[in-house]
Amino acid sequence: MTSKLKSPRWWIYHILVGGFAILMLYPVIWLVMSSFKPSDTIFITAKSLIPETWIWTNFVDGWQGIGGNSFGVFIKNTAILVVITLIGQVISSAFIAFGFARLEFKGKAIWFGIMMLTLMLPHDVLMVPQYIIFSKLGWLNSIKPLAIPAYFGHPFFIFLLVQFIRTIPRELDEAAIIDGCGTFKIFSKIILPLIKPSLATAAIFSFYWTWESLLGPVLYLNSPTKYTVSMALNMFLSNETVSNWGAMFAMSVVTLIPVFVIFFLFQRHVVEGISTSGLKG
Amino acid sequence: MSTPTIKENLRADIGITPVSKRRRAIKENLTGYAFISPFIIGFLAFTLIPIIASLYLSFTNYNLFAAPQWIGLDNYIKMFTSDPRLLQSLKVTLIYVLAGVPLRLAFALLIAVILNTTSRAVGLYRSLFYLPSLIGGSVAVAIMWRNVFGDLGIVNILLDLLGLPIVKWFGNPTAALWMLIFLSVWQFGSSMLIFLAGLKGIPRSYYEAASVDGANGFQQFFKITLPMLSPVILFNTVMQTIAAFMTFVPAFIISKGTGGPLDGTLLYSLYLFIQGFEFFNMGYASAMAWIMLIIVGILTVIIFTTSKYWVHYESEGGK
Repeated sequence: MTSKLKSPRWWIYHILVGGFAILMLYPVIWLVMSSFKPSDTIFITAKSLIPETWIWTNFVDGWQGIGGNSFGVFIKNTAILVVITLIGQVISSAFIAFGFARLEFKGKAIWFGIMMLTLMLPHDVLMVPQYIIFSKLGWLNSIKPLAIPAYFGHPFFIFLLVQFIRTIPRELDEAAIIDGCGTFKIFSKIILPLIKPSLATAAIFSFYWTWESLLGPVLYLNSPTKYTVSMALNMFLSNETVSNWGAMFAMSVVTLIPVFVIFFLFQRHVVEGISTSGLKG
Repeated sequence: MSTPTIKENLRADIGITPVSKRRRAIKENLTGYAFISPFIIGFLAFTLIPIIASLYLSFTNYNLFAAPQWIGLDNYIKMFTSDPRLLQSLKVTLIYVLAGVPLRLAFALLIAVILNTTSRAVGLYRSLFYLPSLIGGSVAVAIMWRNVFGDLGIVNILLDLLGLPIVKWFGNPTAALWMLIFLSVWQFGSSMLIFLAGLKGIPRSYYEAASVDGANGFQQFFKITLPMLSPVILFNTVMQTIAAFMTFVPAFIISKGTGGPLDGTLLYSLYLFIQGFEFFNMGYASAMAWIMLIIVGILTVIIFTTSKYWVHYESEGGK
């Protein structure tokens, strides 16, 4: 309440809270700094944060990738998967959310309840049978098992969008009906433009989850030419015996850059998404 | 609202109401189902059918290549009578959940209360504290954690600076598990954001009235903040418990896929993955999944039934 005056309390507060924030983020800062140190000195000089001499060789080495595939290939693979998944999840979730939020039909409450239950379902239960089904369909070693289910809505995003659509006054729909709009037109011309902020939130989280995911890609992608960045990092770790930590750290940093950039550009959407719907970040 | 009524009256006058009304109802139902049909199809294809398949497979011996062999309850019996690794993974997971989730939520609540001021720097702090949550599930962070806790890593340097004995984090199963728990607690940011939103919703006047009555900060926290926030805490507890049960990436990366040392980080999901996709014991892995489903279900029911003793709902009847 007295924050305007820079009293001793103000200083103590900011030193403690700021200090704690730095302590928490120190490992990340250390990772970034270490990626500029020669591999053989990373742990010898772990005490000093700033590299004595800044080198780029770790990035050059890491970018060579694994087994003849440069890291650029893994980034491209992941980016393609992210875009395909993101489009599917956002569009289908918006469509479904509109049905739940605006239309009246028999059994709506039951279906909504089922959707909320799937939110809480441990996906481990689905892992084995889905793998079997996808293998029978001949979808193994392709992105189909990862991308196609995205086109059937994502319960978290449906929930987020339903919450948002409910805040839009129904008078807008009614006015559109009088103007002769059908249901689909109400969705595409009235609701869709108004829920852009929530669509952005869903898109951002869709990006994060796909970009960072490991289990799905590990299950379904076998050939290194199809690897995602998460799998590539996992490969670096398996080859850790060669102790090229520098390259591994450097590529870890590379995979974190898009995450940070998107966060700092769209902070407001991220924070609101979590605050209003409990989306896990 | 008025136009349809006039139309209806008009139709009633002409005498076509029943049919067109029924038609309209059918049309409304069809439109509704058309919109949610992607969800229904996806639910049937990617959730319901797999769940039923999983239940069936859990009573079979199946390796993906030969046809499943019905073996009744054998998988379930084997789990609890002749698979010490399974019991170990259950133990490790329960410690991980029961220590990690409360610690993470306590941290989240503490920092949220501290940040719930009007200071302009709060936005910045909020973002900084949230960052670990954002990146915490990634392979990059698991690799980072592995090295931060290495023998020569910065955690041991810090312990050394504080005059404490250094810990061989990969040398002992308990230390290795705590390394995973710390990683989970480190990601308190998303719960903190939800708590902060909840705190913003508590009317200032409550605190002002309490101050006038002479309640100190602690009393205000326990008499106002905690009860008012309890529905949010409940929601968080349930969701975090379920998520913690399914934790896979950190254990997989930090132990290089083995769950070691001495199965100290063999979280349940990791063991299920090993059984299903390294040994191709898909029947057994399905039985494991069902035991997990049952345990998560029981924990959720416990959290919800005890909630009536500690969750305070406002009398307005809203959510």
